[in-house]
Amino acid sequence: MTLRIEIDRDLCQGHGVCEGEAPEVFELSKKGELTVLRPEPDESLRPQVEAAAKYCPTRAIKLLSD
Amino acid sequence: MTAIETNLPTPAMVSGVGADGSHLQELRTDPIGLMERVRTECGGVGAFLLADRPVALLSGAEANEAYFRAPEDVLDQAEAYPFMKPVFGEGVVFDASAERRREMMHNQALRDKFMRGHAEKISAEIDRMCAKFNATGEFEMLDWFAELTIYTSTTCLIGPRFREELTPQFAELFHDLEKGTDALAFVDPYMDIESFHRRDAARAELVELIDAILTKRLAEPPPEGDDRDLVDVLLSLKNPDGSLMFSADYVTGMFISMMFAGHHTTSTTLSWTLIELLRNPDSLAAVVEELDELYADGRSASYQALREMPRTEAAIKEALRLHPPLILLLRVAKVPFEVAGHVVPEGWLVGATPAVSNRIAESFVDADRYDPTRYLDDRHEDLDNPWNWIPFGAGRHRCVGAQFAMMQLKVILSVLLKDWTFELGQPAESYVNDHSKMVVQMSRPTTVKYRKREAPADGVPETGASQ
Repeated sequence: MTLRIEIDRDLCQGHGVCEGEAPEVFELSKKGELTVLRPEPDESLRPQVEAAAKYCPTRAIKLLSD
Repeated sequence: MTAIETNLPTPAMVSGVGADGSHLQELRTDPIGLMERVRTECGGVGAFLLADRPVALLSGAEANEAYFRAPEDVLDQAEAYPFMKPVFGEGVVFDASAERRREMMHNQALRDKFMRGHAEKISAEIDRMCAKFNATGEFEMLDWFAELTIYTSTTCLIGPRFREELTPQFAELFHDLEKGTDALAFVDPYMDIESFHRRDAARAELVELIDAILTKRLAEPPPEGDDRDLVDVLLSLKNPDGSLMFSADYVTGMFISMMFAGHHTTSTTLSWTLIELLRNPDSLAAVVEELDELYADGRSASYQALREMPRTEAAIKEALRLHPPLILLLRVAKVPFEVAGHVVPEGWLVGATPAVSNRIAESFVDADRYDPTRYLDDRHEDLDNPWNWIPFGAGRHRCVGAQFAMMQLKVILSVLLKDWTFELGQPAESYVNDHSKMVVQMSRPTTVKYRKREAPADGVPETGASQ
């Protein structure tokens, strides 16, 4: 099973909560632009990535498992 | 331009056009009644007339999603609030682009990592205000919370040294600015009416107060490092000829614009949360029990407020749902805007209404009832309805201060409810909002009685302490 991350760019406001939860996966630039470093992160990162999605203040992170 | 289906209907106009040929008077007396009627008669996309300006009024998930996702070049926010220009002053923008906002958030005081420091400052301010309480007494919530939130927002967003210069007079002047947001500004923001005169006089006085603070600051040696606040930073910016880059008038406008969005909103939500808890004793007991358990470890409010407080948060969210401090959010259609089977013509105002969408029966069980359990355990009616649960708006213009606001509400309410018990000071149904201005506040009086709690936080009666 692969874990896949989708960002709803209309919703992201660059709060950076995801970066705090999973710095290996999410990176915010100085200007607040979000980069997903690992769009299909390893299963071992699932707890951090799920926390990032859960605590995102704008609910901009969607997790898909296929 | 993207292709718009030209055969789509424009939004239907709601009934009840007044003697002036518009719905302006009804908007100034019963805006929620007007907006509910738009939904009842026209559905999720309808219209009313604001003087000679048609307003497309949206409600419900489908229309709201289209609204909140629309980019700036389709629905523009900057031109939609003519009543704010005289408050902020010339040249101070009402709002920045989505990109600029994201940049500001990342660099500035609202960022996640600054929250701990803010929580400590807010906790100190509430202690200072409560130090003036007796063992029992009563207070006027509107004034008390308005003063408190002037101090908390200035100390967090501008700096503690600036906050120390403030007196209660500052809060009173700020109140006059907020009262100067009559919808008549859509006709003429400088119309000859008392609330606009008071608004302009209050702004002029604020400029004088801030000018005096700047002058005093300039006479002092500049502080180093962490002691520098926003005032010092602004004063360090000079033009090539050595003169100050920003005038007192401009700095005042900047400070007003920074404080405005978080002031009446937070203060009103504090009042409504407390009132709803006092009207609903079971919800209050659940919150107090949660706080007593959390605070039993003796740690400070600033630490606690960053932890999860599900029941307290649910109590706040529910007050926000039923009594959203902003009842009508506005944009201007820069191009024809297609929404839910209608097309809104270019140049119309387009509104979304938290007051109506937050109470839609299909989304919320027993929608008019205050029930914090709708966010507890396995229920999450807010997350299930991202386009109808919209006290903070949604999408690209969602309130950037929402995290800060929730943290601040948690600190203040938890300190009050762990140390004090409260009682309504007037009939429960006599607490109402004043909807005569675009900035919604409560109508005075809003009296609440307080009493110092006799039992310590762990619930053991004091008489048992001597054992």
